[in-house]
This record gives sequence, C-alpha cells and structure tokens, in this order.
Amino acid sequence: MTTSDAEPRWVDDDAGPVVRPYAMTRGRAVAKNRFNVISLVAATRVAPSAEVGIGPEHIRIVGLCQERPLAMAEVAAHLGLPLGTVRVLLDDLLARQLVRVTEPAQHTNLPDNRVFEALINGLRAL
Amino acid sequence: MDYERSDGDKARAAVLPTAVKILVAGGFGVGKTTLVGAVSETKPLRTEELLSEQGVGVDDISGVESKSTTTVAMDFGRISFGDDLVLYLFGTPGQDRFWFVWDELALGALGAVVLADTRRLADSFPSVDYFEQHGLPFVVAVNCFDGARRYSIDEVKLALNLDPEVPVMLCDARERESSKDVLITLLQHVMKGRGAGREPASVGS
Ligand SMILES: Nc1nc2c(ncn2[C@@H]2O[C@H](COP(=O)(O)OP(=O)(O)OP(=O)(O)O)[C@@H](O)[C@H]2O)c(=O)[nH]1
Ligand SMILES: [Mg+2]
Repeated sequence: MTTSDAEPRWVDDDAGPVVRPYAMTRGRAVAKNRFNVISLVAATRVAPSAEVGIGPEHIRIVGLCQERPLAMAEVAAHLGLPLGTVRVLLDDLLARQLVRVTEPAQHTNLPDNRVFEALINGLRAL
Repeated sequence: MDYERSDGDKARAAVLPTAVKILVAGGFGVGKTTLVGAVSETKPLRTEELLSEQGVGVDDISGVESKSTTTVAMDFGRISFGDDLVLYLFGTPGQDRFWFVWDELALGALGAVVLADTRRLADSFPSVDYFEQHGLPFVVAVNCFDGARRYSIDEVKLALNLDPEVPVMLCDARERESSKDVLITLLQHVMKGRGAGREPASVGS
C-alpha cells in the first residue's frame, strides 16, 4: 500500500508526507462509510486510553469532539490528515461506539425556511 | 472529577446543531479563500483529499493518473449561529479536473457562490457549467480587483450566458460586509427557488 516508487512529498508547510496516512490506517485506504464532509462527529464518552486497534489519532478524535461536535472536515483539518484517512479512523471508532456521526439533511430535502431565515438574520447580525 | 464527568455527559447528550454548507467556487486565484476567511469565525481551515487507489473506483476520476497519489486541498470556514446552527463554507479546489472532490463537496450543499474576475471571465465557465448541470442554485459574485476593468452586470450575465434569474453582483471578497451580502443574496435566491417549487436535482446522481 505504500508507494515505494513515490518520494514522500510534502503537501505544504504543516502537513506530513503523503505516504504516512496509509501506515496509520494499517494499509486500509478505503473506508466503509461515505460520510459527508459536514457530517457531525460527537464523542459518546471520554477519550479511551490506547489499546489494540486504538491509536493516538483515534484518541485525539474522541478528545476533539468531546465538548462540541465537529464536522468531519474540521476533524481532518485539526489532525492534519486527509479526509480519506479520517473516514477510516471513524469506521474504527464507530465499531467501538466511541463516537456518533450524524449525516446532514440531504440536498433533496432542504431544511425548511426557518433555517434559511436564521442563516440570513444571523449573517446580517455578524 | 464527578463534576467534570457530568459536564461532559451533558455536552454529549445535547441536541446536535443543524449543519449546512455553501460552496465557494471560481477560477484560480479569484479570491475563494479570501471570501471564506472574511466571513468565518476563524481563519480558513484546510484539509486534503488524497486521490489514488481509493479514488479509482469512482467513475468521475478520468484524467487523474490511477497510480500516483494526488493531493487536492480544500479550504473551509465555519460560522456558528448560537448552539443549534452552523454554516460551513467550502472553497472548491482550483483544479476543476477533480470533479470527484466537487461532487463530494456539493453533496448536500444549499447552494454555491461563483466568484468571477472580469479579467479572466472564462475561468468561471467550469464552475457555472457544473452548478447548472447539477441543479445546484448559485449566484455569481464579480470580485472587484484593483485595476480591473469594470464590466456591467449585464455584460457579465451575457458573457457567462446565465439564466436571467441567476443573481449577479459585485463584491470585494476582502470585505466582511461585502462577502456577507453575497451569502445573503445566495440564501435568498435559494429560498425563492424553493418557493417556485423547483426541486433541486440531487448532486452526484
Ligand atoms: N483587490 C482585490 N484583491 C483580492 C480580492 N479578493 C482576493 N484578492 C487577492 O487575490 C489573491 C488571491 O486570493 P485567494 O483568496 O487566495 O484566491 P483563491 O481563489 O483562494 O486562490 P486558489 O485557491 O489558489 O485558487 C490574494 O492575494 C487576495 O488578497 C478582492 O476582492 N480585491
Ligand atoms: Mg484558495
């Protein structure tokens, strides 16, 4: 799964080489879930300690989503990991019921007008 | 200890906020990240999607070499309205060949802002085409770069061959008030479309 022919490339100043995420997910590149980038991740309990199958990144996710739920993209940004890697880690956490992930309302059933009005009024008040 | 625990339990039991998102699209260097940063509560966050073997099963990825790993960066910001509503703004990746990522970002979006620079109007064609094809409501915001020739709104509408109902406005993505106006115009446009009973097609299908 690692790309021996590819140099580890630095994607930008604060991110690691792109080969590392595959090691973190123990070679699993494909997650079972297709969570939306704004799916909300919430911890269901306090962060666990390390155990088999639970690495530091798993623990960091549970810790991050303790106080308030974060969008999956926010989790990825805070951890400095690609979305695909975070998806795999979320699979692990869900299997252990350490987080809850809530998908947003889908496009076909847009939120009702009250949501739009709240957004418009909220933006005006910023 | 007990106090901490019950506090945490309360947070975890709380009702989740409603999360919605808006896309900010447009050509390279048109001001997408600037607009996201101008209205968001923190400086724009950044995440990446790696396109490699994981992307190959997805049909939209033609044009991306299947073997090498490509990184597609996305900037986004967050605006919370109280505890129960949060708006995320996602800048689409500049390279429009990454339709796979566009589909992922557009899925479930309320609508989109297409930023345009009148010096390079053609750079907005792919964004306009994409949102038209996917039935995602959008507005066009002409970012007023210094020294750029000012085109009239009608000239822009004509050049982009826009549906007459698509709002076109001028903006300065560096200004919070101006960027707020763009988002409010988009939300009003989306609401109006709903009122007319126009069912948006679901993106990605
Ligand atoms: N004069 C002027 N400059 C702007 C405006 N908006 C953005 N800029 C500048 O244009 C440059 C590019 O802006 P970005 O926000 O990085 O553009 P982008 O669309 O995110 O660029 P990519 O992600 O690389 O495609 C920056 O130097 C901004 O300061 C504007 O409304 N007026
Ligand atoms: Mg940018």
